[in-house]
Amino acid sequence: MAELPPFQKLIDEHAAEVMAVLRGAVGRDGAEDAFQETFLAALRAYPSLGEARNLRGWLVTIAHRKAIDHHRARGRSPVPVESVREEAVSDPDPADGEVWRAVATLPPKQRAAVTLRFAGDLPHEEIAAALGCSPEAARRSLHEGLKRLRKEMA
Amino acid sequence: MNAVMDRSLERLRERAAAEGLLDIAYGTADSPFGPLLLARTPAGLVRVALPSEDVDATLFDLAERISPRILEAPDRFDEERRELEDYFEGRRREFDLPIDWQLSHGFMLRAREGIAAIPYGETRTYSDLARGAGNERAVRAAGSACSRNPIPLVVPCHRVVRSDGGLGLYAGGVEMKKRLLELEGRRG
Repeated sequence: MAELPPFQKLIDEHAAEVMAVLRGAVGRDGAEDAFQETFLAALRAYPSLGEARNLRGWLVTIAHRKAIDHHRARGRSPVPVESVREEAVSDPDPADGEVWRAVATLPPKQRAAVTLRFAGDLPHEEIAAALGCSPEAARRSLHEGLKRLRKEMA
Repeated sequence: MNAVMDRSLERLRERAAAEGLLDIAYGTADSPFGPLLLARTPAGLVRVALPSEDVDATLFDLAERISPRILEAPDRFDEERRELEDYFEGRRREFDLPIDWQLSHGFMLRAREGIAAIPYGETRTYSDLARGAGNERAVRAAGSACSRNPIPLVVPCHRVVRSDGGLGLYAGGVEMKKRLLELEGRRG
């Protein structure tokens, strides 16, 4: 069983990425607060994790929950999201920094849809609920966002 | 990291401390022997790592023995830095810092409290220390109380020497021990 590293190690290794994910999900203005909430929640729960497994995925999962809280608090979500995954998402394997920087340049709806889908691993219905739009609109935002990303990254 | 991130992390440290989530803060202080690592709990100074000690190993050890809620907080050690600097320049004879003894228990705790009571510029022997801690035959354990002292300098284990007049060992190296005793103008 891997011992839990000092929490500062998680910050050193993952803070920049978590910030990028949050900028993608809630925009630059909301990202700072969501970042604070993410790391405070992580710090609170950290000792109870017991072992150090996929800490990066764990942090990104918390970040996406905080992004959803952010969207809810702004009254854009009439429907509560019931089935947010509690376990860590599998490690996506992106050349992350670059991808998330490109995500951050997307228009807000597309940005949020892409982030919730890929960092948060949410299905279309929950993205729609988090953004307060119809599943079709969420699907469209995601589609448009990805199209634009592909062009950007090509 | 950039300035925006620095500010975010500073805010995070403040909020973590305010919410009781900062179990251990750490930072560094300069010394004539190289950088010292300082670690504090809300109760006080819990660990000083000498330049010879590995920083990562020290932090992982604290994570295991006390709590993994450990954050770097360079702005929280001004008083420690000031007192250490004064000490190294010969202007200070006693530290006025709260100490968290939680890494010491039983005989080790009694022995280390004994070390903390040795006046500036004086020395005691390992046997003195063992006797003072309630077991005069535990000379070897008194040696461990020194060599594995979690708070060297502030708990001045460099003031404990051998009964035959030899300096004995020091976690930071015998040369450092010798220079510290010279600095204090050791009166035996």
